[in-house]
Amino acid sequence: MFDELNDLYQQVILDHCKHPRNFRELDHPTCSAQGHNPLCGDQLKVFLSLDGDVIKEISFLGSGCCISKASASLLTESLKGKKKADVQQIFDRVHEMVMTGRVTGDVGKLAVFAGVHKFPARVKCAILAWHAVMAALKGDGQPVSTENQGA
Amino acid sequence: MKTDATAPPQKKKAVDWVTIRADFPILDQEVHGQPLIYFDNAATTQKPRAVLDALRRYYERDNANVHRGIHELSNRATAAFEAARVRAAAFVNARSAQEIIFTRGTTESINLVAQAWGSHNVKAGNRILLTEMEHHSNIVPWQLLAERTGAKLVYLPVTGDIGLLDLSHFDQWLAEGTKLFAMTHISNSLGTINPVSELCARARNLGITTLVDAAQSAGHRPLDVQEIGCDFLAFSGHKMCGPTGIGVLYGRQEVLEEMPPYQGGGEMILNVDLQQSTWKHAPHKFEAGTPDISGAVGLHAAMDYLDAIGRHKIAAHDQELGAYAYAKVSRLKGGIRLFGPHIGRAGLVSFLLKDVHAHDVVTVADQRGVALRGGHHCNQPLMRKLGVESTARASFYFYNTTTEIDRFSEVLGEIQNFFGG
Repeated sequence: MFDELNDLYQQVILDHCKHPRNFRELDHPTCSAQGHNPLCGDQLKVFLSLDGDVIKEISFLGSGCCISKASASLLTESLKGKKKADVQQIFDRVHEMVMTGRVTGDVGKLAVFAGVHKFPARVKCAILAWHAVMAALKGDGQPVSTENQGA
Repeated sequence: MKTDATAPPQKKKAVDWVTIRADFPILDQEVHGQPLIYFDNAATTQKPRAVLDALRRYYERDNANVHRGIHELSNRATAAFEAARVRAAAFVNARSAQEIIFTRGTTESINLVAQAWGSHNVKAGNRILLTEMEHHSNIVPWQLLAERTGAKLVYLPVTGDIGLLDLSHFDQWLAEGTKLFAMTHISNSLGTINPVSELCARARNLGITTLVDAAQSAGHRPLDVQEIGCDFLAFSGHKMCGPTGIGVLYGRQEVLEEMPPYQGGGEMILNVDLQQSTWKHAPHKFEAGTPDISGAVGLHAAMDYLDAIGRHKIAAHDQELGAYAYAKVSRLKGGIRLFGPHIGRAGLVSFLLKDVHAHDVVTVADQRGVALRGGHHCNQPLMRKLGVESTARASFYFYNTTTEIDRFSEVLGEIQNFFGG
């Protein structure tokens, strides 16, 4: 019935939206950051626990639309165990993918967000959690807003 | 076909709301392979051919700069611009065209008052009384004024989801140093119709200046500034079949004459010396620079168009659509939270589907050809009060039909199934 929409709301996304993974606060995070999309009011916070250069634990809390919640949930799954130094590259690939639909390297399960580029108004929803993670790793403790990031 | 706002409703001749759609070329199209159902009229309305033709005619025949021109085209452009002012005065039943200032829209109209009137009249410690259901355009200009002057903003509360004003402290707060009372006529996110005449009368009795934001009411019902008794009334052309970029500020003449100018420049001056200048009387004092002449021409055509239908009839049809939609969607099974009054609402419904974010509702509805709006509707303080981040909104105009509302309700049911479970 909603064929065109299945590109955007893939089963994996609907599942993560209804049952977000790692949806909690960490007890002793190494760093955290707040992400805010003022266009829709979405607010979420990501928490990271680092062991040296490795992301040992990662979680998030917050409210938002299906796309932003699923994106945050899948982000926590895909970044757990990754090296801090690798996150920028993954971010760049995800960013490119949701903006243009092009997948320029291995993004694993995150490939479900490739359909977002057909819905320009929803790109910011998909990228919100990623901006928050980048801000947390940068470590300046400043909340990040999609309106200051050019998507 | 011209009628004026004070004229009694024309003889009861039923309007054919379906054939009226043919006046709006844009409505005849498919979006994502589905017939377009345009339910975002509180954001902007569509334009009838009469308005599009007036714009084209102006640019093809009469375009020139206004005032001070001696040549024929300039005379025609000036005559058209000033005729629009006379028409706008009749549209809101102002005492004279001198009380009509052309602006870019409601937002600029309110900013004009906040700057020109506010800076001249508001002092530290004064209060500006607003309501919790104001659009950001009727909040932020007053915040800027409060910052400049040291005045304080006070808000009449909204009574939860039902969206009525809590007036229990109204007279007391008015009496406690309130200088200006500004309120919306119709809430863009609740559909509440506020009793502006009564509230303005209570403020006026205490000598308090009043402003009515008529952005959501101007094209939807008859407006009479003398009956409302406000000092200022603001509205936008594009929310009532007119072009974007043109709006009106009505100001009571005595109040306008005492106000300093808003912006400086050409058109508003009598004489300019190197160190100082003198300016014209209202309304020209407030219209620096080349105005939106074609916008005024288009707005004139929009006012004629609306009054040819009859604003009483538009208002009745609006309320019918609002009530129909409210009843229809409140019967949806999967859980829906509705905002705004149960009865006597304007032609819009604001809602949340259980466990579905407003933006997801709007994205899916769009794929079914239904244009909704989701978000805070420039009402962030109200959203906080209601304890939500956003709502989805369907807002109607006279060219919408109950058949479209049936389809919209069906689509909401599909959305509940899509995200449900």
